[in-house]
Amino acid sequence: MTTLVMQHPPQTAATRLQDATRVAAVALLLGIPMIGLTTVDQGGALQVASRWPLLGAFVAAAFFGRLLLRYALDQRQHRRQTRPHAAAGASSALLRRIGWGALLIALLLPVFFSDNRYVVDTATTVLIYVMLGWGLNVVVGLAGLLDLGYVAFYAVGAYTYALLSTQFGWGFWQALPVAGAIAATFGVILGWPTLRLRGDYLAIVTLGFGEIIRIILVNWSELSGGPNGITSIPRPSFFGLPFKPAGDEATFAAFFGLEYSPSQRIIFLYYLILVLALLTNLFVSRLRQLPIGRAWEAMREDEIACKALGMNVTNVKLSAFALGAMLGGFAGVFFAARQGFISPESFTFNESAIILAIVVLGGMGSQLGVVLASLVLVLLPELGRDFAEYRMLLFGAAMILIMIWKPGGILAHREPTLRHQPPVAAGASQ
Amino acid sequence: MSAVEHATPLLSVDRLTMRFGGLLAIDDLSLDVGARQITGVIGPNGAGKTTFFNCLTGFYKPTVGSVRLQHPQHGTLRLEQLASHQVARRAQVVRTFQNIRLFPKMTVLENLIVAQHNTLQSASRFSLAGLFALPSYRRAERQAIDKAVDCLRRLGLLEHANSAAGALPYGMQRRIEIARALCVDPLLLCLDEPAAGLNPRESGELNALLKHLAHAQGIAILLIEHDMSVVMNVSDHICVLNYGRKIAEGTPQAIQRDPNVIKAYLGEEEADELSSGEKAP
Repeated sequence: MTTLVMQHPPQTAATRLQDATRVAAVALLLGIPMIGLTTVDQGGALQVASRWPLLGAFVAAAFFGRLLLRYALDQRQHRRQTRPHAAAGASSALLRRIGWGALLIALLLPVFFSDNRYVVDTATTVLIYVMLGWGLNVVVGLAGLLDLGYVAFYAVGAYTYALLSTQFGWGFWQALPVAGAIAATFGVILGWPTLRLRGDYLAIVTLGFGEIIRIILVNWSELSGGPNGITSIPRPSFFGLPFKPAGDEATFAAFFGLEYSPSQRIIFLYYLILVLALLTNLFVSRLRQLPIGRAWEAMREDEIACKALGMNVTNVKLSAFALGAMLGGFAGVFFAARQGFISPESFTFNESAIILAIVVLGGMGSQLGVVLASLVLVLLPELGRDFAEYRMLLFGAAMILIMIWKPGGILAHREPTLRHQPPVAAGASQ
Repeated sequence: MSAVEHATPLLSVDRLTMRFGGLLAIDDLSLDVGARQITGVIGPNGAGKTTFFNCLTGFYKPTVGSVRLQHPQHGTLRLEQLASHQVARRAQVVRTFQNIRLFPKMTVLENLIVAQHNTLQSASRFSLAGLFALPSYRRAERQAIDKAVDCLRRLGLLEHANSAAGALPYGMQRRIEIARALCVDPLLLCLDEPAAGLNPRESGELNALLKHLAHAQGIAILLIEHDMSVVMNVSDHICVLNYGRKIAEGTPQAIQRDPNVIKAYLGEEEADELSSGEKAP
């Protein structure tokens, strides 16, 4: 209803009254059977009773409520029209400053909250989603391929590390590239059959792919431990120095002459994901400025034009799937190493939906937007804990509000990958 | 029939037929396109002109027939057997679209750089040379930008290089699409209604541009166009299609006098009435 209302131009008091009267009439019509008349149990038989005062109040509420709503909306629209069109696209210099500011805060966060495990843990979770968002941004934001099964690659990365470390004793850093490569292979496996699909159709296939991976993990107990998952996954060590209370072997605390504290590992994990996420960002930002990245964006804009220009769209698509999957796999390795325990529970469709929401909410293709959206999507449910069962309701409402306020995402501004700097005297030549 | 019949044409279409189920979109069409020439393809709506382009550029696989291109490096190429991207990449036959297909959110310059994807992609060596910004890649990128800027300057688009392509006026978008096609280094440029939606001044500029490209730069042009002021002015040779069949072929002067063409365009009766009134200056 509000969308209908908002399309009207601002109106005078008379038309507003007229409009409210119409709405009140509709309310009256609906109200007679729903509120005005009711049944009461009188000695075993149902009698129809009337509640006219209540109906009157209902209609009056509809009338004045409508009047007020109209007035508020008109005021808002008026303000919008008169306000100069400032801040149409936040300038790129400002965005860069925000980015550096966010990086500084991220770097210093554990220093200020070194004894607050909850804050560092939550920040680590935010960073995992930032990294996943940056990875999915390649597929959805740049290449424009709607992927609803991204969590599958996250799962592949996590299980690869879990199996390599528990079965073969591989370390975190050894397993990382292998897990990335395996996830990328899965990306290509998903990419091949879906080459000809776009939009909704692609979304459904990727959704199915995500579920296939999860169901395989649930049912192939010999490999994945089934629903029980894989436990006691080794934690990453600091260049071979484990985070343990001092013992026989060299530990991180002993090596640096520190008092052992469990928060050392938490902080190390935080910096580890920060470094991984920053490398991801650097990688993706750079790729975007390379032919491959421009090809992804061009394919998002018009696939047929790409073909007509001699671009092998198959390769472009597969590379987007593979690289996006690889980054998801890296994040999965970190996730497994951080949790020490993984099970198919962690890789449900819900996760895919949240990662996709981060990319869309952040503004497709925008790197900083992903950070802001991850903050919103991870912190809102955390902050909402006080609201108990209304938590998810609040979360959903916030998402809807953001999409109404900024339909293109928080940062919809697209920065060109290269610019033409005209030599000083260049003007219109012809 | 035409005055400029070359020994070996750049492109020769032989008995091309395209059938969609029961619909015969192109019926036994043969046509030669000479190097350095502008060949116009005209015909009423639904005559099969765009289908013909789609067959040439690999978007459709023709039911019957062959399309041979004499490539200076690769010899004879059978276009109908190439994948659509190979038609542009290997055979250097590049097309534009009736409904403009730019990359609207990317800047004009980026549009022209994307057109040089294959060159740049191999210079970036699987993106590795690019990732580390090695000098070899930086040089290739510089050259690509120079080429794009040069192309934009020639088409009078340079001042819009950094604007989003989709935000520019229609006539300009048409020119950008041609500029972008030129960045692929075409041997043969297939233009699908490049003058549609242009005002008289713009289509005048287009005429000059097309003549320059064909006669000075040696790019053969195949031109689908409804705007007769463009077709009749620039074409060296015209082929007329109706219901998928070639009904006439020849110089613009010959076409204007051709009774079959007049009949196809104006209908039987009017054609009789206007029998000689159709002659344009």
